[in-house]
Amino acid sequence: MASIEMKNIVKQYGDGFAAVNDVSLDIADGEFMILVGPSGSGKSTLLRMIVGLEDITSGDMMIGGKRVNDLAPRDRNLSMVFQNYALYPHMTVYENIAFPLRLSKTSDDEVRRRVTAASDVLELNDHLERKPANLSGGQRQRVAMGRAIVRQAEAFLFDEPLSNLDAKLRGQMRTEISRLQRRLGITTVYVTHDQTEAMTLGDRVCVLRKGKIQQVASPRELYEQPINLFVAGFIGSPPMNFLPATPEGDRLKTPFGDVRIDPARAGKLGGHDLLMVGIRPEYFEDASLVDEAKRHLGSTFRARVDVTEWLGDSQFAYIPYEAPEAITTQLRALSRELDAEELRTQAIVSIDSTSRIREGREAEFWLDSRKVHVFDPETGDNLTRDAEAGAELTRMATQDRVEQVQESQDRASADGHRMGGATAASA
Amino acid sequence: MRFLFRPPAAEATGLLTLPWGEPLEKWDPDLLLEVPQRGISRHVVRFVASGAHVFALKEINERLARHEYALLSQFEQEGLPTVSVLGICVDRPGDQEAILVTRYLEYSMSYRWLFSSPRAGHSAERLLDTMVELLVRLHLAGVFWGDCSLSNTLFRPDAGALAAHMVDAETVERHPSLSRGQRAYDVDLARERVGAELLDLQFGGLLPAGIDPIEVAEGLPPRYEALWDEVTHEQVFGVEEQQWRVTERLRRLNDLGFDVGEIELITSPEGAKLRVETRVAEPGQHRRELLRLTGLEVQERQARRLLNDIVTFRAHLEQKSGRPVAESLAAQRWLAEVYQPVVEAIPPQLAGRLAPAEVFHEVLEHRWFLSEKARRDVGTAEAARSYVATVLPQTPAEVTTPSVRAGLTPES
Repeated sequence: MASIEMKNIVKQYGDGFAAVNDVSLDIADGEFMILVGPSGSGKSTLLRMIVGLEDITSGDMMIGGKRVNDLAPRDRNLSMVFQNYALYPHMTVYENIAFPLRLSKTSDDEVRRRVTAASDVLELNDHLERKPANLSGGQRQRVAMGRAIVRQAEAFLFDEPLSNLDAKLRGQMRTEISRLQRRLGITTVYVTHDQTEAMTLGDRVCVLRKGKIQQVASPRELYEQPINLFVAGFIGSPPMNFLPATPEGDRLKTPFGDVRIDPARAGKLGGHDLLMVGIRPEYFEDASLVDEAKRHLGSTFRARVDVTEWLGDSQFAYIPYEAPEAITTQLRALSRELDAEELRTQAIVSIDSTSRIREGREAEFWLDSRKVHVFDPETGDNLTRDAEAGAELTRMATQDRVEQVQESQDRASADGHRMGGATAASA
Repeated sequence: MRFLFRPPAAEATGLLTLPWGEPLEKWDPDLLLEVPQRGISRHVVRFVASGAHVFALKEINERLARHEYALLSQFEQEGLPTVSVLGICVDRPGDQEAILVTRYLEYSMSYRWLFSSPRAGHSAERLLDTMVELLVRLHLAGVFWGDCSLSNTLFRPDAGALAAHMVDAETVERHPSLSRGQRAYDVDLARERVGAELLDLQFGGLLPAGIDPIEVAEGLPPRYEALWDEVTHEQVFGVEEQQWRVTERLRRLNDLGFDVGEIELITSPEGAKLRVETRVAEPGQHRRELLRLTGLEVQERQARRLLNDIVTFRAHLEQKSGRPVAESLAAQRWLAEVYQPVVEAIPPQLAGRLAPAEVFHEVLEHRWFLSEKARRDVGTAEAARSYVATVLPQTPAEVTTPSVRAGLTPES
């Protein structure tokens, strides 16, 4: 296993178009890194440069501290998982996992050791002697993962592996991949356009836009401290609401009334006449259900509800609002870029599922102003981002990962000792 | 439900009555055609006959179906050796996957049969060479296959040799040109898949003892590299030798089965630099010529063989009559007096095991063999009689092309 470091990576095509533009990214040994972004963001191109499928125009690609720019894909010893998922009918599950080793003339003992270890992790032990025809969809995918494991590659690479699976198998495989990565502690790079996959799988997520890195952070940091409008709009479902706002001292005048900002953050907003305030759906609540003790931490406003959606465990209300041209233009551009449906000027608000707020009527809402972010509508920059708080979130995630990888390695070495003992005893 | 068909698709109208709303696996077996010697597929694949044609239906994710449909249509127009796609059926009820419809490649054989049948007489080396030629052709066209395997390749006998066709374009990516890394990766995938497929045959007891799967698979990358180099390398030579060097290179490329599109010759005081642009389409010069003269649609090597026989026949006519005979007249008489009698000599119970043109090629081979033994020319009629009695029955009934088995009459 190895770290992957990218230094000022550029992929420029003959016509001068830069699909990847000056990307520097360090992926630690054992880390699960997600490359995410809408189509045209360069995420797949970047993965292909790691694999060796695309020539690198400039910059350094380092795997395990070694520069691999000029190495053939095979010599980089990486494993593209799920690329070969043909199952061979006459071979047992054991042989279906083992064949890459057979082809590289690995000794029978070593084949047995690696296949047994892989099938332990994948819980395929009971199926090893069966023919693949009898396997379920999920088990078949696990055989494909087994092939990747026995190669003992430096890293696993996934290129939108779940996009062709049905919804049920997709959910199942997401859990499976996550569990497996932790148990093996193997460096993993995973490309997706699906932000749910990005948020649930990655230790860190690298958000790309038009070939450039926007932000590399833990899912929580991306969610709570997005660097700009693009990241804020891309991460989260339902998406963050963006309202027009004009600053007045420590207040922002918005279509949903005045929102008070703490002085430290308000101080960062000077020099702007028009701003955009970003509020996640869950920062709202039905005012009648808010605990008195925390009511003063936010503001309340009255608005007419267009539609409500009751989902049993949660409920959403849709509230239309007016916005000036400068803001709607910006929002339209953003939604186009995110491949989203037309962003309408209506807020999506999460309210308690017991709320009696009904559509077509006016209601009173409460808004938690502590967590809102304020963006410059022209540059998209997040003016209220707390970099230190964000970094702390990512530090915590990194610490979790290091501990988990350590635990899995301790477990593996304990298993190794057991196996070593058994071999000695049988010899 | 929605059907997207690429014209001309008149032949496909009969397909419209099939139960597209049902999962392929549940289709009434009476509607389907058994095709015994197929490769491995991770999808549900079924075969049906309609009009005079056989079609392969594959159930597959809609995004992939559309992707494959678009690519195969494009490849066919460019003359790349792929199966011909007819269309797709999407928006099937109950969120079912799409179905991709391709025309069955008549008289094609899967590697399973070619490797496991002694009659096939095709060595593993020859099979690999055919496959490598296909891969080089696709790579020249900027096609990254991503899943080159024996299962995804169909082989057709072509005048004693084999011609390979790509049957599965699910993982294909089209680029203006491929990087060295993309080619290397594709070749490595092919090496691994071929190895695994042969190992699988071995586990199933279907591989002749003399074939070592690992050795065969390892032979693929060097063969590929050698052919790629032959086809693409730039040559530098002295100006005085340029004429024969160019001729030599062109002949070599033709021998390898490639046509040349453009030649670039750059001269400088140090010598001449030769760069050739190899055409990606399958060579079709003989095929087109034979079609013009006789209306027969056959494969390229078969066409060359048949054209040679027409030339011989014409010379024989001219010698007999003592005056020139027009090429078109000779071809028409050859068709009626030489070719058709051989095809008609195939008894119904042996029909469809080999394409008629391939039978004709084998009869010519057999005639040569008999004549040598008898020390006289035995003639085509006698050779044909002997051939259908002793040679053709050795090609097993299981390879009978589906359209003939279904009682349809394909044109070729």
